[in-house]
Amino acid sequence: MIDQAPVLIIVIPLIFALLTPVVGLWRKSLCYFWILTALALSAAFSVTVFVKVLNTGTIHYNLGGWTPPWGIEYVIDHLNALMLVVVSAIALLTAVYSRKSIEKEFPNKKTAFYTVFLLQATGFLGIVITGDMFNLYVFLEISSLAGYALIAIGEDGALFAAFKYIIIGTIGASFYLIGVGYIYIMTGSLNMADIAALLQQVNNTSVIHIAFAFILAGLIIKMALFPMYIWMPDAYTKAPSASSALIAPLMTKISAYILVRVIFTIFKPEFITANLPVTKIMLWLGFAAIIYGAIMSIAQTDFKRMLCFIIVAEIGYIVGGIGLFNPTAIKGAILHILNDAVMTAGLFFIAGIVKYKTGFHNLTDFKDLFKKMPVTMGAFVIIALSVIGVPPTCGFFSKWYLIKGAIIGNAWPFAAALLFSSLVNVVLFFRIFEIGYGFDHGHDSGGHEELGSGSLISEAPATMLLPSMLVSLIIIFTGIYNQTIITNIIEHVTPNL
Amino acid sequence: MQTIESIIPFVAVLIAMAGPILIILFKRWPNIRELMTFMVASVTFGLVVSMAPSVYNGTEITYNLIDILPEVGISFKVDSFGILFALVSSSLWIVTTVYSIGYMRALKEHSQTRFFSFFAVAISSALGVAFSANLLTLYMFYEILSLSTFSLVTHHQDKEAHFGGRKYLTFLMGSSIAFFLPAVILTYYYTGTLDFNRFGILTHSIPDYMLVVMFALFLAGIGKAAIMPMHSWLPSAMVAPTPVSSLLHAVAVVKVGVFSLLRVLLYIFGTDLLEFMRFDGFLVYFVSITIIAGSLFALKQDNLKARLAYSTVAQLSYIVLAGGLLSVSGITGGIVHIAMHAFGKITLFFCAGAILVNTGFKNISQLKGIGKKMPVTMIAFFFGSLSIIGVPPLGGFWSKWNLAMGTIEYSEIPILVVLLTSSLLNAAYFMPIVYNAFFAKDESIVYTEVKEAPLLTIIPPVFTALVSIALFFYPDIFLNLARSAARSVLGV
Repeated sequence: MIDQAPVLIIVIPLIFALLTPVVGLWRKSLCYFWILTALALSAAFSVTVFVKVLNTGTIHYNLGGWTPPWGIEYVIDHLNALMLVVVSAIALLTAVYSRKSIEKEFPNKKTAFYTVFLLQATGFLGIVITGDMFNLYVFLEISSLAGYALIAIGEDGALFAAFKYIIIGTIGASFYLIGVGYIYIMTGSLNMADIAALLQQVNNTSVIHIAFAFILAGLIIKMALFPMYIWMPDAYTKAPSASSALIAPLMTKISAYILVRVIFTIFKPEFITANLPVTKIMLWLGFAAIIYGAIMSIAQTDFKRMLCFIIVAEIGYIVGGIGLFNPTAIKGAILHILNDAVMTAGLFFIAGIVKYKTGFHNLTDFKDLFKKMPVTMGAFVIIALSVIGVPPTCGFFSKWYLIKGAIIGNAWPFAAALLFSSLVNVVLFFRIFEIGYGFDHGHDSGGHEELGSGSLISEAPATMLLPSMLVSLIIIFTGIYNQTIITNIIEHVTPNL
Repeated sequence: MQTIESIIPFVAVLIAMAGPILIILFKRWPNIRELMTFMVASVTFGLVVSMAPSVYNGTEITYNLIDILPEVGISFKVDSFGILFALVSSSLWIVTTVYSIGYMRALKEHSQTRFFSFFAVAISSALGVAFSANLLTLYMFYEILSLSTFSLVTHHQDKEAHFGGRKYLTFLMGSSIAFFLPAVILTYYYTGTLDFNRFGILTHSIPDYMLVVMFALFLAGIGKAAIMPMHSWLPSAMVAPTPVSSLLHAVAVVKVGVFSLLRVLLYIFGTDLLEFMRFDGFLVYFVSITIIAGSLFALKQDNLKARLAYSTVAQLSYIVLAGGLLSVSGITGGIVHIAMHAFGKITLFFCAGAILVNTGFKNISQLKGIGKKMPVTMIAFFFGSLSIIGVPPLGGFWSKWNLAMGTIEYSEIPILVVLLTSSLLNAAYFMPIVYNAFFAKDESIVYTEVKEAPLLTIIPPVFTALVSIALFFYPDIFLNLARSAARSVLGV
């Protein structure tokens, strides 16, 4: 059983997804527990694989017994072992979280939603686990198609947002596929490790350069890097709470993970630096994304939309960090992929809770929430502090490595951009805290008894509250134990440049 | 120097940090809730005191909690400089707790549970700063302090509190993220460590322009030290309830600022490098501006708390002088002023709060003849201001004396003139208040009988005023701690 764990991570949610409609026909309410089981099993196997990788190193799993490069191979090294845990954990938490928000937002479409939800999770996990470039494309499409559906089910305007996303997302996926096609023409292989070896002989051909450019362009669209982000704010704002809590943190971060794979596993750092000014382009795109994302996020009045522009900036952190191309910055970028997935999930959990409680997700809807939902807001404060980058939350440490990497690389503008973004985040979140705190401008400053009297506490439902609290705890613990993550995991995958 | 490993500094910080749990648990029973604050404060103080004797005798207490960066951990080190600050803030926390109970109840303030909870977190982070063994731990507690005091500053939740809080946060968080953090990262980049070392960790091998940049970043980044032009958050923060102004904005927060700055100057740059780069000379003249200008601003304030706030701005720069007057007396004088100013200034704030509770007056022009009504308060106020002015027999004399000696030892005679001018200015903005309170007559109000504020708001200022007097006769604890810190950083 343990030997089969890698494939079970994918197969279980896939089969469960296909059977969800059957379960839904019988008892609609069982769907929730059905997908919880699937994701819990998947998460359990992810942890099993993770522990095994920590103990024995990289795992190779041949699907159906076909040996690579002909068969599809799952390769799990330290990086994607941890990614698997993060992705499956966030999927599981979001599933737990989804219960009440779905009942409120679209009670009749429960079965359909959960089917697609599980497919979405399958797609994400598949992208992370596979060691085959074409297989990755298949999972990318599974997750994207599921994503379009999950978004289209949302509020007014979601349909159009999803349509925009389909058009742009499909272009991105096609670019990726074209790149893979070119590589296949040149090397005759689709297996990542095999391609990496074969590419050494054809590195200097223009076909390979173009292949790389296509793949990079495709990924830039998929991860919503500035200026290719335009599909993202609408899609994630209009999506239902549970969908955006799953897709927003993971889609962009998983695309960033693919970027890391493509650059460091398939093409190798030597190719990247030797032939094209890729790192420079990435650094400056990252810089632009941070500045643009920061400025745009200030301009938003809708909380979820603001979060979307924060994602734009955070993607800038990651891509710019990779673009700096020194071990410290790459460590920071990879750590930030993990951290930001957790933080963004937490923020969208909060957005969903606010929507559940007030019906909207505008900044003004946070009014007096500190009084009404102290625990939720406590979790929110911790997550927000992590996005700002206050020690000892995890967001501080990835930022630390990124800034130090920028100093090492003499990329002062990038370091300044990171600090600028932190400052903007202070403004963004404290603006919300102020609203949540409830300042009364008409109020005289003497005698405030009436403000304190009466219990107005009405917390979010437990299924929504617990995942948010858990995320805030994870943020603190991964912050304090970040050295454990860095030395045991990230240093194994950081290339020696 | 001896070093022992002990978990006590961490426990002291942790207990204060965990205080809110008890406070929130008993929120329905205000008496028990306040008892909890009192207990947490007392236990914390007890733990700090328990470390004092060994530190006094030259031992350092260290504790490494966990490594959070290569070679850098969340780690604690208690030395004579740190214990001095910790003793001051944890002892005054107990006094302020008593005062807060009287003050908050007399004014029927709302959200007292929140108030006492964040108060505990704030003191805990001040202790964390005092006990930090490296710059990252210090930065962490520094930020937690900014965040936890935000809710205290904005306690009234009205328009004034809203804007005061906004300014507070903009100045403190803005400067710490934009300047302090990059300076910390640069230090780590150049030295590979962030541990405080009594001879400094930065060296000549770092390019000069970079040292200048880092010096400027630290100076601008540690906004809590309220050196002009980063001072204006402090008067704005006076919208907070008086206990917050008295303990946090006369002692804990602002002294975390000067403490951090001195830690950086003396233990990151080191006295040799400061002297070599001539940062010492720049620093003393730069903060002299604040000393004089702060006092001048104080002169024209009519709001009593605002006057006290500007006075604090000026007095804080006395402490910063220790980073520029690099002789035993100079550093001793600056460091010991942390303690002397604390006891003096907190007395004044306590009195201002007592007046507010009793009469509702906030402005100095309203205080004519009030000495007839509140003689005890105004006498305590008188002694508090004498300590700030620095005349015997008050504790404040010792810090000014040592600083003055320092200017002579270090041949910075112009600074001596600054110090003396400042003392005159201090007298000019404090003595009229006392004079008017006792000898002037207000046409509209005639005070006939003695009617003091509630007892719980009177005992604390009387107590701290007595301590200020006692510190003149028995300054040895603080003076010796400060002197041993000065000797150790100077290597004599």
